[in-house]
Amino acid sequence: MANTRGSKDSERSVRDGILATLPSLRAFAISLSGNVDRADDLVQETLLRALANIDSFEPGTNLPAWLFTILRNLFRSEYRKRRREVEDNDGRFAETLKTHPEQNSRIEFEEFQQALAKLPADQREALILVGASGFSYEETAEICGCAVGTVKSRVNRARVKLAELLSIEGIDDFGPDQASRAVVAGSGR
Amino acid sequence: MNERKSAKSGSKMQLYDATPKHAALNRQIQDRIGQQLRAMYNDVVAQGIPDRFSELLKKLDEQVEDKNQAPQAEEER
Repeated sequence: MANTRGSKDSERSVRDGILATLPSLRAFAISLSGNVDRADDLVQETLLRALANIDSFEPGTNLPAWLFTILRNLFRSEYRKRRREVEDNDGRFAETLKTHPEQNSRIEFEEFQQALAKLPADQREALILVGASGFSYEETAEICGCAVGTVKSRVNRARVKLAELLSIEGIDDFGPDQASRAVVAGSGR
Repeated sequence: MNERKSAKSGSKMQLYDATPKHAALNRQIQDRIGQQLRAMYNDVVAQGIPDRFSELLKKLDEQVEDKNQAPQAEEER
């Protein structure tokens, strides 16, 4: 099935696929690390590794999952090395984002991002992959190298923990009223 | 079957599920968390790719061109 002409074409299409996946890959890296510079380093390293190993990708299989796996593994091995360092969330992440009307306020958003950073890495990655990147539980299990049931329970625990961290006692506390109070309270800073 | 098992073991973790009212509240909170997460993520996606990546890719393309001009050893049928 494989021939030299075909393999060159497919390499090109894999390459195009990698490019198309970069924005989402970067969003994953930023959500994982909470640090824009570090995330961009991770994406660059992932890109270089993917291009260097482009032959090992089987065309027709899940390209985004392949790329996310590379980035995830890079992040995790770096994370293990950095374990003893204190949280290095640089706060720049929130600054780079536009404030969406549906986000209510940047304060609320920053709180959310800080809460996300406090989750254990395995829960955080599972929640982002399923809840934002749009991967299925099965794909996420493949990316994280664990069982589907493990992914489900990590996502579950991540959601409960986030609700806890955000001290949500009632939906009103999490709605626009709270957001505008926070804006008023925060405007004096 | 996995779902069943995790639903059972997960019951301890469901903080707000004790009453129907709390269950509804829980759903609202989880919807809100999901929205926040996606808003954050999609905002970054919408930023596209920073210049450093386009530059890097350009450089890599040039390298590939050079490489492709050399005769390829790989023969496969």
